[in-house]
Amino acid sequence: MDTLDQLVSSAVSDFAAATESARLEDAKARYLGKEGALTVLLKGLGKLPADERKVAGAAINLAKERIESALVARREALKNAQLETQLAAEALDVTLPGRGMPRGSLHPVTRSLERIEALFRSIGFEVADGPEIETDWHNFTALNTPENHPARSMHDTFYLRDEEGRVAEDVLLRTHTSPVQIRTMLAHAERHKHLDRLPELRVICPGRVYRVDSDATHSPMFHQVEGLWIGEQVSFADLKGVVADFLRRFFESDDLKVRFRPSFFPFTEPSAEIDVAFMSGPLEGRWLEIAGCGMVHPNVLRFGGFDPEKYTGFAFGMGPDRLTMLRYSIPDLRLFFEGDLRFLSQFH
Amino acid sequence: MQFSESWLRNLCNPPLTTEVLCHTLTMAGLEVEECRSASADFSNVVVGRILTAEKHPDADKLKLCSVDTGAGGILQIVCGAPNAAAGLLVPCAMVGAKLPGIEIKKARVRGIESFGMLCSARELGLSDDQGGLLVLPADAPPGMDVRQYLDLDDKLLTLKLTPNRADCLSLVGIAREVAALTGAPLTLPRIGPVAAVHDETRAVVLDAPAACPRYCGRIVRGVNAQAPTPDWMKQRIERCGVRSISALVDVTNYVMLELGQPLHAFDDAQLAGAIHVRYPQPGEQLLLLNEQTVTPTADTPLIADEAKPLALAGIMGGEHSGISEMTTDLFLESAFFAPDAIAGKARALGFSSDSSYRYERGVDFELQRQAIERATQLIIEICGGRPGPVVEAVASAQLPARTPVCLRMDRAAKVLGIALSTDQIEKLISGLGFSYRHEADQLLVTPPSHRFDIAIEEDLIEEIARLHGYDNIPALPPVARTAMMPVSETSRTPMQLRRLAAARDYHEVVTYSFVDAARERDFAAVARPIVLANPIASQMSVMRSTLIGGLIDTLVTNRKRQTERVRIFELGRCFLREPAGTPVAGFAQPLRLAGLAAGLAAPEQWGLPSRKIDFYDVKADVEALLAPRRAEFQRIEHPALHPGRCANVNLDGRSIGVVGELHPRWVQKYELGSAPVVFELEANALLATPFSAYEEVSRFPAVVRDLALVIAQEQVAEPVLSALRAIAPAIVQEIILFDVYHGKNLGEMKKSLAFHIVMQDTERTLEEAEVDSAIALLLTVAQEKFGASLR
Repeated sequence: MDTLDQLVSSAVSDFAAATESARLEDAKARYLGKEGALTVLLKGLGKLPADERKVAGAAINLAKERIESALVARREALKNAQLETQLAAEALDVTLPGRGMPRGSLHPVTRSLERIEALFRSIGFEVADGPEIETDWHNFTALNTPENHPARSMHDTFYLRDEEGRVAEDVLLRTHTSPVQIRTMLAHAERHKHLDRLPELRVICPGRVYRVDSDATHSPMFHQVEGLWIGEQVSFADLKGVVADFLRRFFESDDLKVRFRPSFFPFTEPSAEIDVAFMSGPLEGRWLEIAGCGMVHPNVLRFGGFDPEKYTGFAFGMGPDRLTMLRYSIPDLRLFFEGDLRFLSQFH
Repeated sequence: MQFSESWLRNLCNPPLTTEVLCHTLTMAGLEVEECRSASADFSNVVVGRILTAEKHPDADKLKLCSVDTGAGGILQIVCGAPNAAAGLLVPCAMVGAKLPGIEIKKARVRGIESFGMLCSARELGLSDDQGGLLVLPADAPPGMDVRQYLDLDDKLLTLKLTPNRADCLSLVGIAREVAALTGAPLTLPRIGPVAAVHDETRAVVLDAPAACPRYCGRIVRGVNAQAPTPDWMKQRIERCGVRSISALVDVTNYVMLELGQPLHAFDDAQLAGAIHVRYPQPGEQLLLLNEQTVTPTADTPLIADEAKPLALAGIMGGEHSGISEMTTDLFLESAFFAPDAIAGKARALGFSSDSSYRYERGVDFELQRQAIERATQLIIEICGGRPGPVVEAVASAQLPARTPVCLRMDRAAKVLGIALSTDQIEKLISGLGFSYRHEADQLLVTPPSHRFDIAIEEDLIEEIARLHGYDNIPALPPVARTAMMPVSETSRTPMQLRRLAAARDYHEVVTYSFVDAARERDFAAVARPIVLANPIASQMSVMRSTLIGGLIDTLVTNRKRQTERVRIFELGRCFLREPAGTPVAGFAQPLRLAGLAAGLAAPEQWGLPSRKIDFYDVKADVEALLAPRRAEFQRIEHPALHPGRCANVNLDGRSIGVVGELHPRWVQKYELGSAPVVFELEANALLATPFSAYEEVSRFPAVVRDLALVIAQEQVAEPVLSALRAIAPAIVQEIILFDVYHGKNLGEMKKSLAFHIVMQDTERTLEEAEVDSAIALLLTVAQEKFGASLR
């Protein structure tokens, strides 16, 4: 059946020659349409003798299948080609910047506070907050700072005027976050007063504090974080353990050196200054004063509603501003309070 | 407290280098803040005796000297100093010597060889004195290194003393501490009574015995007030940072530095009758040595004679009764004033003195007689004079008491976390010179009169820890019973709130809580703000009642630095007078979140048309901060904001803040160019958030119908939306305002609001009829309540 083979190959080449689907359908009609070559052949079968008809019919059908599958393949190819053309036309410059709004930033000191809170939270410290206009009693008296103590002088503490313009004696801008200790202790003792033994109190108190001081390393307003742990078995050795652990985690530096040096605060005894020294970087090997701490003074425990014979505790106060300056190598404290977006947007 | 290391080593000389000594002091709580050389660096300068000094043959102003330098031989040196003369002992820099800025070489000066240089004090960096060669005392041995002879390798140490350690405000006090820390022996100055050579005295009357329980006085007649201060004394006091004034004054300062006892010398000729320590009479005035005339408060103790006040006790002497060059008869005072009586008094007058600094921290109350004897001894040595007997007035009952303090071994172990043996503790305690006795499992320790800081057991525990060494207490991981902490789903933390604001493109700022009074007037209309009594500057003198002022100032700062697009927020407290305020009566101190957006709505970019930020941008931020709760916005008047473009933010019927465009008046005053949009919200409202509740999700198709209403131009949208939401039947899931249209075709003063009404039921597919009736109901309400018509 040479003619059938010729027909098939002629159809395949006609299909291949059709470069758009209308042409392809025209070509299809020439072979498979009502008047198509193959259709004509099929119609002519009836004229053949019965014994030949079967063989010829099978051969024609086979040719028809081959033409149809060539058609389907060609249709698919044309569709793909069309899609590719369309896709090529739709291509974007993917290197152009994305559209929309950028993200803002957190203040670098906030970032530090967030990490400090998370680190202490991980060993069971809650976060407490207190007022910034504070009573003299909470800020000084209850913290065992007697009247006329140098820390109470007009040079350090911001005082307020009352509505008549007189200097108010009983309120001030808190000079440290330590008064939150007192508030927290009193609330804790009150909440659990029905119990024989007060549960442990573990709390940190971040916030803004105020002192009459202003230069490259002092700001009249700055941040502090107070920490307090009171229980029946809390010792100076625990204080050293917690604070050293914290500092190494905060700076992500296992080889950070931490030392405790005797000092004096009215509200702790024994008291210590905490110094750290980095083992690398620009400040390598220098001792840097970073926080104050100590065992809570018995008078302070008493003011806070705890029996100092039964409970001991430690407290520490550190400056997140300074921690932040060290962590990010920020040279000047004043950058924190200027609000220059070129500075702030560096911290996400 | 600055002092000379060599003076200290004179009293106690442990076998430690300077560096180790400093470290030892620091780690014992006496922080060495600074350690520097007593003089500039120079080397190879020896004592030289000028044997001959003749005129240089070729120069009028130069001299040709031969100088005996001991082992260095006799050198020929050309010298230009006018005071160079045979017989003088002067510093001689040898060839090879290094002086500040120069190195000495063999030289030829106007044709004559010179083998070194004779030096002035200035050339050695010792002082600015330009008076020619530094003339050394006659006992200076030629050839001896000048550094050694003048003790110039001495170090000046500065202690940053904590207020509890007044006992270390003297050389003897520091030496006592060094002895306790190192075990090195203590060599105290030998002080014996100076015999009286006449019997003239002044009676001393303690009229204020609580303020002054001990007062020693002595008359010394016939002193030479013009005698020079010996070099050794001058050097010691100057190395402690005290200026040399005259021999008599220097002696009182010397004894104060040595022993810690402030002294005062009166010109006896100016005194009349007995000495009184008393409180002032009303209006009494006194001219002080610093030329300040003061009217002391009623609780400031005075030293007075029978006619007049003489001095502010323990603080400063009076101008008229002080010693001068003409003084021949002295009245020496060595007294104990109680810390409470002196504390704060000098500060209240605006100054501080070495004397008041010591008294308010505590002076040894058993030191007065010793100190007056020491001073008498030195005065007679230096200025001559004839001492009378010491008069001592004492009010024993008013002297500070030193009661024994109990120290329990187990308590020390509990507080410190390490158990020290009784032996160890006793050793540490006795090293400090504290007396003690045993009583069962405890020690009864009596602190000495120079320690004012040992009153309770913890004070002793601290001493033990300090001497044992904080480094020797282990750092232990703490052991605790733990319980999980609550994590609430109906509140957010301030940190989460900040992150939310940052996610909406706001940068966090921290501004001062005290602002310029003008900010409070402009942005909060506060006429009588909360005023600081002692602000550091007028632009930081009142407490803010709004965060807006700080944000505007930050905007101004950024604009000055050419940042045009500014989006900032602050989470901080504001301060308002509130009689019923809590927790501090008289004040409300709400925590607020405020934001400001200025400049372009989005950063300039290729894909978005550039436009300025407006009210609705920032309102969307406010809505996002509050989501999923929905606030109502109502136009209000606000001093900071544009009257037509600001709204009260109401949540659950309560105002929680404002949002709006800055008033054009302030845009102009602060030169902002275009108006920023600001918001300020109560943080409490933002920190609460509803618990998420499940509602069934429908599997049936939703029907969306549009409802376009024509209403009066001035009708604001929110009441319409609220009314529609309130009346909508249960099948209405959502009402979305999707279009606001103003056009003449709507009629005079009309506008159109168009809503998508989304309807769905969880049980079944909605019927056409119920959808129609829901829309009809909404329309009816709009018609009845707002006079709306269907567009």
